[in-house]
Amino acid sequence: MNILLLLLIIPTLTILALMFSKEREQARLVSVVGMGLQFVAAFYLLFAFLRERASGNTDDMLFTSSYMWFSPLNIRFDLGVDGVSVALIVLTAIVTLAGVFISWRMEDLAKEFFISLIALATGVFGFFVTLDLFTMFLFYELAVIPMYLLIGIWGSGPKEYSAMKLTLMLMGGSAFLLVGLLGLYFNSTGAADGHTFNLMEIAAGGIPVEAQRIFFPLTFVGFGVLGALFPFHTWSPDGHASAPTAVSMLHAGVLMKLGGYGCYRVAVFLMPQAASEMAWFFILLTGFSVIYGAFGAIRQTDLKYINAYSSVSHCGLVLFAILMLNKTAMNGAILQMISHGLMTALFFALIGMLYERTHTRIVQEMGGLMKVLPFISACYVIAGLASLGLPGLSGFVAEMTIFVGAFEHADAFHRVWTILAVSAIVVTAVYILRVVGTMLMGPVNNPEYAHLPAAAWYEKTGALLLILPIAAIGMAPLWLSEMIRFSLEPIIRQLGL
Amino acid sequence: MRHELQLLAVILVITCAEIYYSGKDKSGVVPLSIALFGLHALAGWFPIGEGALFGGMYRTHALIHFLKNVLDLGVLVVVLQTAGWVKKQLVPENRVSEFYLLLWSSLLGMYYMISSGDVLMLFIGLEMSTLPVAALAAYEVLRMRSAEAGIKMILMAGLASAITLMGISLLYGATGTFSLTVLSQKLTGTGLETLGFIFFFAGVAFKISLVPFHFWAPDVYEGAPTGIAGYLSVVSKGAAVFILMILLLGFAPALSGIWIGVLYLLAILTMTIGNLFALRQQNLKRFLAYSSVAQAGFILLGFLSAGQDGRASIIYFVLVYIFSNLAAFGVVHSVEAATGKENMDDYEGFYRVNPRLAMVMLLALFSLAGIPPLAGFFGKFFLFMSAAAGGYYVLLLIAVLNTVISLYYYLLIVRAMFLRKSAHPLPVIQNDYWMRASLLICVAGILVLGVSSGVYDYIFGLCVRL
Repeated sequence: MNILLLLLIIPTLTILALMFSKEREQARLVSVVGMGLQFVAAFYLLFAFLRERASGNTDDMLFTSSYMWFSPLNIRFDLGVDGVSVALIVLTAIVTLAGVFISWRMEDLAKEFFISLIALATGVFGFFVTLDLFTMFLFYELAVIPMYLLIGIWGSGPKEYSAMKLTLMLMGGSAFLLVGLLGLYFNSTGAADGHTFNLMEIAAGGIPVEAQRIFFPLTFVGFGVLGALFPFHTWSPDGHASAPTAVSMLHAGVLMKLGGYGCYRVAVFLMPQAASEMAWFFILLTGFSVIYGAFGAIRQTDLKYINAYSSVSHCGLVLFAILMLNKTAMNGAILQMISHGLMTALFFALIGMLYERTHTRIVQEMGGLMKVLPFISACYVIAGLASLGLPGLSGFVAEMTIFVGAFEHADAFHRVWTILAVSAIVVTAVYILRVVGTMLMGPVNNPEYAHLPAAAWYEKTGALLLILPIAAIGMAPLWLSEMIRFSLEPIIRQLGL
Repeated sequence: MRHELQLLAVILVITCAEIYYSGKDKSGVVPLSIALFGLHALAGWFPIGEGALFGGMYRTHALIHFLKNVLDLGVLVVVLQTAGWVKKQLVPENRVSEFYLLLWSSLLGMYYMISSGDVLMLFIGLEMSTLPVAALAAYEVLRMRSAEAGIKMILMAGLASAITLMGISLLYGATGTFSLTVLSQKLTGTGLETLGFIFFFAGVAFKISLVPFHFWAPDVYEGAPTGIAGYLSVVSKGAAVFILMILLLGFAPALSGIWIGVLYLLAILTMTIGNLFALRQQNLKRFLAYSSVAQAGFILLGFLSAGQDGRASIIYFVLVYIFSNLAAFGVVHSVEAATGKENMDDYEGFYRVNPRLAMVMLLALFSLAGIPPLAGFFGKFFLFMSAAAGGYYVLLLIAVLNTVISLYYYLLIVRAMFLRKSAHPLPVIQNDYWMRASLLICVAGILVLGVSSGVYDYIFGLCVRL
């Protein structure tokens, strides 16, 4: 059986098993076992992929298989991965498992929580393993809709408002996307028998330039909404702030990557001419996201809002790098997706742990936590340093690559925007270090904090699951970078560079 | 003709059967009716040849046969859902067999309508399918709202059929024939023909409750017994969609220059107005009425692709819609039967008390909203594909944005059921076996119909001809 199919079957079976589970203990055990298996399967896929590549297999997509679904319309379920999707699948598996550990103490309707969480993850896995626009769209919506219940039922603050806003904005994005995808289908010529949804066939056949000009913006904006493209990013801060910990982790860590991945894999890959023509406009928007997100984060006092705005900035950088339309910058974009996914998930996990203990997320109300909660605080510092791009951690590798790639454009427009985007990184340092200084350092400002319980085993497991890869990528980025670089060949071919 | 004869036999048996139940308690008629209709629905699936009768007034072939089976399925679910209500309300009043008589006569009318090869036959079928439903809407005579629903329906239906007749006479005047086949050859799109056609169209549009012929729907749905509201919104609407599809795509492609423009406009109006009005509804039956108006707007997208895919997407959507909408009506019905409540606020905290019913409702609403992997997603996707196949991308964009609006109000109910906690939640609701069976059928349909592609492929194969 195809290993990619396994990545869909395991979470589906986990959901089924959860439906028959009774108590909280049973539900979380089932979830951990299921997602643990998924974790193993994802790493197995990674090694199998590397082995294939090492043995000289240079196909664009590996582990491909194709199942006919609706034959009259030539809708198929096509599976296949390249280095980019493998990296993102592994990321998803890590973040999901960590999320399950972090939700260990879920009280209210635990079974339903885990079902929704894993349904969301299933959507994400499906999105990354498919090579077919129809199933891609299906999994995209499947990943979005559980968010409504997850935020609405288990969230905090103005949760009903945030949940509705997030769902509607993302579904609005998917509305544009649907039009774009159908446009691609009806303009496709690659298949032997009529139109096709298959990515590789569409790419091989090419889309007429006039059609590209109409459908590129629709597709890019459709995916861009999920990637927090300005001005469609407003769901993100509210959604992240209201969501329960594990959902924020999955959402910022993985779900927002769907947007970047979609822009890269569908919008730019299939419509390269329109992409080069219109890149300038979207560079303006994404460049603005980067700067605006960074300055937005400075003004916030709520930890979750700080990280939500920082996510807008970092995800904006992903789209910004993709639009540079060259190999180095795109390589950086993928690295940034992975690095940001791990680091934001870690941030949100730690914020959740802090909130559980101090019952506040306002930075100024906390102080001296390093003395009472050394483990959590140290992890927070690590996440912060990765976020501001300290060499030796994953953030540096990604951002460095992006800016080197962006600087390959010699014209004034690209240079100016690149410099502006780089300056946003400096701003990152401001808000990260300020939080670390106020919240973690200094004297303990609340006597009650002296008795805060240390991190439990499941919290430590969750945090370590995320820190290890951050450090690993930072220390030894080359193998990952090579894996991604090789997979960028098809899109570079498409762009005619 | 086998379908019609079978149903007629069932009707006659039930009419006579009452005599054999001695004494006051005639509740035995209910299971007998359900069993007989179940048999009829099952027997309908045996294949049948094609042919024409009465000099071409009546015709049938594999597709028409399938459409009747789809309607049977809808009526079967309705019959199951109303069983509890019939036993509780109608048995003491001794008005059981009339109920089934009326319901099935209306279905018989729909059979004739779909099978008609002749405009007059079509008109008779249309009337026969509408009038009994007006009586059914007023079936709880002593409840004022129900009587109001009945009178409203009959007045509007009367107006609609008058306009239809006007259209028919104009068409006859222009072409000199009633036969659809001859008509389709003679139609050239002159002014008189166009006028006649538009009048004719209005009558059918009334049954589908397209804007601006939709005003009766919310009032009638709210007043009528819930099971009948479900019947109106699903079976009656489905049959009208089928006949519109046969007429427009099968017999009037010559006039497509006219009706495509009309449908384009009506689709936008119907979706948007249905959605905007649904946003503010508190009463769930009114809410479902407006949501089903909006759904009708989506169906019109399927007409814009002349090929096999367009027809297949329409039929497939109606099939999916039967399951999704009747599941929603079933839950509303069981809540209403147990507590008499039908407002959205009453559903607050529903999941914590009645998790299964709430899950059914969730699936139904998500299917109506078009969320994967439920059947509704595939249904809508294929309709959208038809619009895109015709090249109507602007309409497509309006339609998909409308689905986002519709998602908002479907989520409002989900919010009440799942997100909110209530100080006075609804009690635990115990449904009878019939209702459970009907919900089970619906849920199975919602879950299976989309993911397994066999049904769509089958329908697509049947759509070779109309």
